[in-house]
Amino acid sequence: MRQPLAALLLAGFLAASAPPTLVAAQAEQPTDDEVNAIAKGMYCPVCENVPLDVCPTLACKQWRETIREKLTLGWNQEQIEQYFVEQYGDRVLAAPPAHGLNWAVYLIPPAVFLLGAAVLVGAMRSWRRPPVETRVGHDTAAADPYLDRLEEELRARG
Amino acid sequence: MTEEIGYTALVMAFLLALYGAAAAAFGAKRQRPELVESARRAMVLSWPLISVAALAIIALLVSGRYDVEYVAKVTSSTMPPYLKVTALWGGQAGSLVFWSWLMAAFASAVGLRRWDRDRDLLPWVIVVTMVTLAFFLSLVIFVENPFRRLWLDPVGNTVTAFLRPAGARPLVPADGQGLNPLLRHPGMIIHPPMLYLGFVSFVIPFAFAIAALVTRRTDDRWIRVTRRWTLVAWLFLALGLILGGRWAYDVLGWGGYWGWDPVEIAAFMPFLSGTAFLHSVMVQEKKGMLKHWNVLLIILTYVLVIFGTFLTRSGVLSSVHAFAQSAIGPMFFAFIGITSIVSVRLLLDRWGDLRGENQLNSLISRESLFLLNNFLFIIILAVCFLGVIFPLASELFTGQTVTVGPEWYERITGPLFAGLLLLMGVAPLSAYGSSSWRLLGRQLWVPGALSLVVLAGLLLGGVRIWAAVLGYWLAGLVALVTLYEFWRGALARHRRHGESVPLALVRLAGRNRRRYGGYIIHLGVVLMALGIIGIELFQTETQGTLARGEQLTLGQHVLVFEGLTQFGTPDGREVSRAEVSVYKDGRFVGQLFPRQDFYVAANQPMTIPGVRSTLEEDLYLLLVGWEPIAQQGATFKVFHNPLVNFVWLGGVVFILGTLVAAWPDRETAPLRRSVQARAWVSGD
Repeated sequence: MRQPLAALLLAGFLAASAPPTLVAAQAEQPTDDEVNAIAKGMYCPVCENVPLDVCPTLACKQWRETIREKLTLGWNQEQIEQYFVEQYGDRVLAAPPAHGLNWAVYLIPPAVFLLGAAVLVGAMRSWRRPPVETRVGHDTAAADPYLDRLEEELRARG
Repeated sequence: MTEEIGYTALVMAFLLALYGAAAAAFGAKRQRPELVESARRAMVLSWPLISVAALAIIALLVSGRYDVEYVAKVTSSTMPPYLKVTALWGGQAGSLVFWSWLMAAFASAVGLRRWDRDRDLLPWVIVVTMVTLAFFLSLVIFVENPFRRLWLDPVGNTVTAFLRPAGARPLVPADGQGLNPLLRHPGMIIHPPMLYLGFVSFVIPFAFAIAALVTRRTDDRWIRVTRRWTLVAWLFLALGLILGGRWAYDVLGWGGYWGWDPVEIAAFMPFLSGTAFLHSVMVQEKKGMLKHWNVLLIILTYVLVIFGTFLTRSGVLSSVHAFAQSAIGPMFFAFIGITSIVSVRLLLDRWGDLRGENQLNSLISRESLFLLNNFLFIIILAVCFLGVIFPLASELFTGQTVTVGPEWYERITGPLFAGLLLLMGVAPLSAYGSSSWRLLGRQLWVPGALSLVVLAGLLLGGVRIWAAVLGYWLAGLVALVTLYEFWRGALARHRRHGESVPLALVRLAGRNRRRYGGYIIHLGVVLMALGIIGIELFQTETQGTLARGEQLTLGQHVLVFEGLTQFGTPDGREVSRAEVSVYKDGRFVGQLFPRQDFYVAANQPMTIPGVRSTLEEDLYLLLVGWEPIAQQGATFKVFHNPLVNFVWLGGVVFILGTLVAAWPDRETAPLRRSVQARAWVSGD
């Protein structure tokens, strides 16, 4: 009687001390959709520009199985991505992680936008002159300016 | 013998292109019209010569001459004859010949046009087109010779050479490797020629722009002459992009049509700068402004055309090291560098001659809004360029390769595309020259108010994704403004001329094809926007492994796995084909047959989706995997793609609109008369 009781106590202790995720993982397997949710944002180094969730090659199937295993062990998306980055480098991620030279892809677009906007505004200001009063007056005085403009354009084109 | 004829024709065309460029430049400098005329004839003759070379390659491909390296690489005995013909552009060397052939066709067509009024431009147009042609021909003659044969040297090694190496004997493989399976699709058969046509036809407006710079013609003549060329180039590029998208949707099996792949972007970039150019030239024609900008845009487009070809042909996309190892890469790089420097230097030299004839009178005039439109196109272009180039830069400077995926592009370009939609809604109602907020408001209030009904409908209909609400509202605004323009124009004609409204609509579009063709293009963009927003923001998907008789549910759809069959095909495929019944809201709506084709010789799988397509949605089913022995269980991935067919429908409308805009209209005759009269008065 003592031995089974000791075994039960030991089992209870092991269950309590084991990571909760492991226990949970044994209870349920991750679904394909959970695997794909992570694989969608990853690329294998061989199949260029094909997201991992839809790549039909054997290597990518094995990667998806690895994701499933890691999910079963209770890893989260960040941990799984980090695992693949350590194995294969930053290229497995769908976007460059923000460090070092990679900052360029996040900083250059807004910088180009602002610079372009500044150039555009400068150019527009330099080309601008005050509106001619008479022209505005002519436009507003016309009975149907749209019709006249349209007819004028059509006449000009024959 | 066939290969000798083909190669000789290529060499002759190359020498002729060099002669044409040199004779034209020399003839222009020394005022010797007979030399320019000789150069023009050389330009016209280049096309028949390259046609001989292209036909020689086709003859080798169709007759299965596997002792020719190119034939052995891209064909096999199991391929049907039509695929053997299209294998002309299925590999590196053949596609470069095909590029040259199309370039020569356009050059010949330009050479045969009437040059009475533009004699001064002719020599420099010849120089630019012939230098470009000579460059591409040099690639096939010196590096990627499609007529190179396979030999066995005395040691038993396989070598490739056009002429027999000493002591070598011919090597004739029993069969070829065959065309890449991904390229054996109708979309991919037509897609490359369309893209190449788009690429090469942009060379013509560039050539005229350079000619105008050299000859100091500061008027908009070069723009008027090349207006239709530009539209045709744009049309082909658009067709190429749309067909490429359709091919990706049908063949690549990832549930979408655009993956922001560098190869896709390589073709998209000249389309962006070309679209900006098409808008900004209207400002130069109407107001004599943006002359510098238009020349810069066409230079940019030309450079991007060459850059796009470089990206796809040099191997640089797979690795910067592949670029360094290939002989083609450095040649392209040098050509892009030289043409960019020469063109920009020429533009800077002529900067003072290209001053605008008018000034901006209002920040909301048509020309200002076109400038904003150009700004957004160029920013999107810069983003695309950065996304393509950054992985290469990262590899070069840090040794670390990175991926720049769709999410990055979409997050940055999404708001910019929204801005373009807004401009498409406002700009058609703004006037050239003086304009005011009050005048614009008067034009805009009717479609603007109606668009609020669209907005209310979206919110009441339960759409809660703000990006979708904004996108659909903007698309609605553009559609309403465009239709309002058609309606007002037709009504005006109806009132003034008593024409029926349908007749007035036809005559309205017929008398200003460019303007109303442009509006039809805008409607095409609206339809495409509906589809893009639909699939980008409302796509749903699920995946599951099913035993026979089990079901998978996605939204209103239920899919029941009925069985799987496997069989071989005469063209060397091992096909696994699933049978799946589809129910929507409990009602049987049909069967789908997704399959995986495994090309044994190429050792390459292809996932062909089963698609149930309606205007409202696509149910896109992929066979991901199966149990090979029992064939009892299979894994499926299913996508629900709402409104995706609006992308294709919009594409058709877009192309129709471009055809309307590019179609010759009645302006030609009076314009020619008036220009001739002007030339007579000025003694030209």
